[in-house]
Amino acid sequence: MTEVMVDARSVRKSYGAVEVLSGISLTVEQGEVLCIIGPSGSGKSTFLRCLNHLESINGGRIYVNGELMGYRQVGNVLHEMKPQEIAKARQGIGMVFQRFNLFPHLTALQNIIEAPIGVAGMNPEEAKALGLELLAQVGLEDKGEHYPSQLSGGQQQRVAIARALAMKPKLMLFDEPTSALDPELVGDVLDVMKNLAKAGMTMIVVTHEMGFAKEVADRVVFIDKGQIVEVGTPSQVLDNPQEARTKAFLNKVL
Amino acid sequence: MRTVAKEQDVDYGDDVVAVPLRHPWRWISGILASALLLSFIYSVVSAKSIQHDLVVKFLFDPRILQGAGVTVLVTIICMFIGTVLATLLAIMKLSVNPIQRWLATGFIEFFRGTPLLLQIVFWGYLGIIFPELFLGIPFTDIVFVSGETSDIIPAIVAGIIALSLNEAAYSAEIVRAGILAVDQGQTEAAKSLGMSSRYTMRRIVLPQAMRVIIPPMGNEFISMLKNTSLLQMIAVAELYTQASTISAANLAQIELLIVSGFWYLLMTTILGFPQRSLEKKYGRGFETVGGRAAPRVFKVGKR
Repeated sequence: MTEVMVDARSVRKSYGAVEVLSGISLTVEQGEVLCIIGPSGSGKSTFLRCLNHLESINGGRIYVNGELMGYRQVGNVLHEMKPQEIAKARQGIGMVFQRFNLFPHLTALQNIIEAPIGVAGMNPEEAKALGLELLAQVGLEDKGEHYPSQLSGGQQQRVAIARALAMKPKLMLFDEPTSALDPELVGDVLDVMKNLAKAGMTMIVVTHEMGFAKEVADRVVFIDKGQIVEVGTPSQVLDNPQEARTKAFLNKVL
Repeated sequence: MRTVAKEQDVDYGDDVVAVPLRHPWRWISGILASALLLSFIYSVVSAKSIQHDLVVKFLFDPRILQGAGVTVLVTIICMFIGTVLATLLAIMKLSVNPIQRWLATGFIEFFRGTPLLLQIVFWGYLGIIFPELFLGIPFTDIVFVSGETSDIIPAIVAGIIALSLNEAAYSAEIVRAGILAVDQGQTEAAKSLGMSSRYTMRRIVLPQAMRVIIPPMGNEFISMLKNTSLLQMIAVAELYTQASTISAANLAQIELLIVSGFWYLLMTTILGFPQRSLEKKYGRGFETVGGRAAPRVFKVGKR
């Protein structure tokens, strides 16, 4: 019996009059790798950012690891969570951004151990050991003392993955992690993600890498205009799409 | 075709030894400017009306040295208080709370919109407006401490208050610009790691903002050092006050202006050194060569 890690129910999100997500329902089980594909502006990144409450939602509910995200429900009334409670909830959810967002004033190792020491209260020696271990895991054991500006895009993204892993998350969100990379650097980042998937990490990946989706994903979701158009195994969605919109999109990208 | 291919094969080595282009105007303008400067220095040095021995005599007069000490002390205290308040004001101005934003904006507008000299004299006269100060609960008879204003706020404290508040108003905008210069993605990354907004400000945003804040703050420091001379208006015994007190007695005004000018120049020059090392400290990770980030490891061999 597998446990549900993410349970999104009819999630709606609008910016003013523009509705970006119009009722997205989706569950992700523990250890599952889910790839979200779709045209730009389809709402896939916004959905990802709602999952760790970087964006608040206008309708529906999001449960991560059984906990309602961003709110506390008392009877039928929702109460906004305190900032500390939201921060606490985010500790269990790692996020990797398209533009890496490493802290440029800190070295690679310092980037990784900042949150474990400052947020989780780990002792610095222990954190450093963990940091070096994570750097080795992403193949950058000799780059700990480098500042982000001294690393290639691919190396920066691998440090960013290590930084997210340092908080020992139960769920990892990837927001187009290879879109800002030179083509020859994409492979290294995808390799790290594949290893993570093999190790049993629950992952939600917004991506344009159809090869990665085919090889690693348990399920693929195609989102367009804020709605789920098609869900299924990679071979169902990518090789044998049923919906016209999915077919049109895949024709363009493949 | 063949000749082109052949030419590409030739190894030219370092054979570009060309006759350098002449730049006569660089020489002419340089010599003219130097001549002007030399003639000015000569006219000052040779002026009969300036008693050079007096300049030398008062340069290290204990009153002057003491005044310079007060100037440095007041400058450092005011910059410290001013910067702390400025950071607070900048954060208030960026707050989601409209009341905080209005208060900060009002403070900044008020202190930037009135002359510094006026503010200094105002604080100096505080004892006339409120002869007694007390700490207690307003609109009741409960008073914890009370005393005469002139005892609680001597001239030097009034001066420090005036300069600090004025500085806070000016540097609040510098700090705010620094905070805004930090990419939004930094805050998002910090949030996603579970950092609180206060922690994010302290450990992630402000250290990066420092890089943008320090150069204009160096300017502020120098302005502050010179602006302390305005405290002469409320008789704070800083450098300029001391110099003018001496010259009021011996009537050697120009000589003492040169003496105090010398010390101001020396102090502002010395202030430049810590600024450079601070810029270096907060510039770590941001070094660039030709617009692209330079790997620190490769820089060592270049010297």
